[in-house]
Amino acid sequence: MRNTWMTVAFAAAAAIPAFGSDVGTVKVSNGSVAIERAGARVAAPVGTELRTSDVIVTGADGSAGITFSDNSLVSVGPDSRFAIDKYAFDTTTYAGEFQGTLSKGRLAAVSGKMVKQSPESMKIRTPSAIMGVRGTEFVVQVDEPAPARP
Amino acid sequence: MVKLIGALLASALAAGCACGPVSPAFFAVLPAPDGHIGAIVVERGFQHRVIHTAYGSERLGEDGALQGGEVSQAEVQARFGTTLQALPAPPATFTLYFLEDSDELTPESKAELDRIFAEIKRRPLPDIVVIGHTDTVGTNEYNDRLSLARAERMREMLVELGIPPERVQARGRGERELLVPTDDEVREPRNRRVEINVR
Repeated sequence: MRNTWMTVAFAAAAAIPAFGSDVGTVKVSNGSVAIERAGARVAAPVGTELRTSDVIVTGADGSAGITFSDNSLVSVGPDSRFAIDKYAFDTTTYAGEFQGTLSKGRLAAVSGKMVKQSPESMKIRTPSAIMGVRGTEFVVQVDEPAPARP
Repeated sequence: MVKLIGALLASALAAGCACGPVSPAFFAVLPAPDGHIGAIVVERGFQHRVIHTAYGSERLGEDGALQGGEVSQAEVQARFGTTLQALPAPPATFTLYFLEDSDELTPESKAELDRIFAEIKRRPLPDIVVIGHTDTVGTNEYNDRLSLARAERMREMLVELGIPPERVQARGRGERELLVPTDDEVREPRNRRVEINVR
């Protein structure tokens, strides 16, 4: 019985960091890479910790790679804009939810523990479509809409 | 009335949805490094497509229609080469084994250290969690301490290697997570270990 309680206590302690504010870390940062957070734009070098509702913005020479807490890997290419709309991951149950929006540019991703546990818990929106991820590696590109015809 | 709904549905289907200009998009499934082929689901209004083959793709056109197809490796490289290159290295786990009742590595594991350290050093900014384990010989309390001592010892070695201390966490799991399940009080070398999780 005592063992059981110790295990439960450990599991609870282990789960706490997952609900902290940091959801992922910038592991690769080439050229112009910034994040928009609470209305401000700051450079995002390697080591930058990301939070829900951060937007990653790259310039024409920029690309960035992020490792999320469930081991999902996401990279964005040049001239891209990717928002982390929602991210939650429970390190004990592996349950979670990941919603991001690629409003322009390119993205590559390898899904993590969350999707392995429950397919389509990761969703990527584009301005005109929604993608659910069942696994594992995929790419997305979004182009500007055509100018309105006269 | 039914006709009207039908007509509305038909126009909605054709347009996908009635929400202004369409941003064209492209989606493709790639084979993972381990060869695994996953699947993605692309939805646009009433259109619902599943891509579950390597290099299978869907293109969303300006007209709002999805078109399935296959993309060549060359086109993936041309469009996504820079993007794919920015993907972080996948997380890795290394296991090293210890002498009985000790925080000293086995000779075999000592011989593996260089290879593992080299692999860790290739990452620009590793996040490392070292988790120590024991076999079932001894009390739970003793094994909790021993497993943490093993993890702390490995943490010191990683810091000596040049990994910033704040990037390495050490935890002990005692005898709770046996690699090889055994009864209590069983000597089992494969359970005397640390796992080094690197991200």
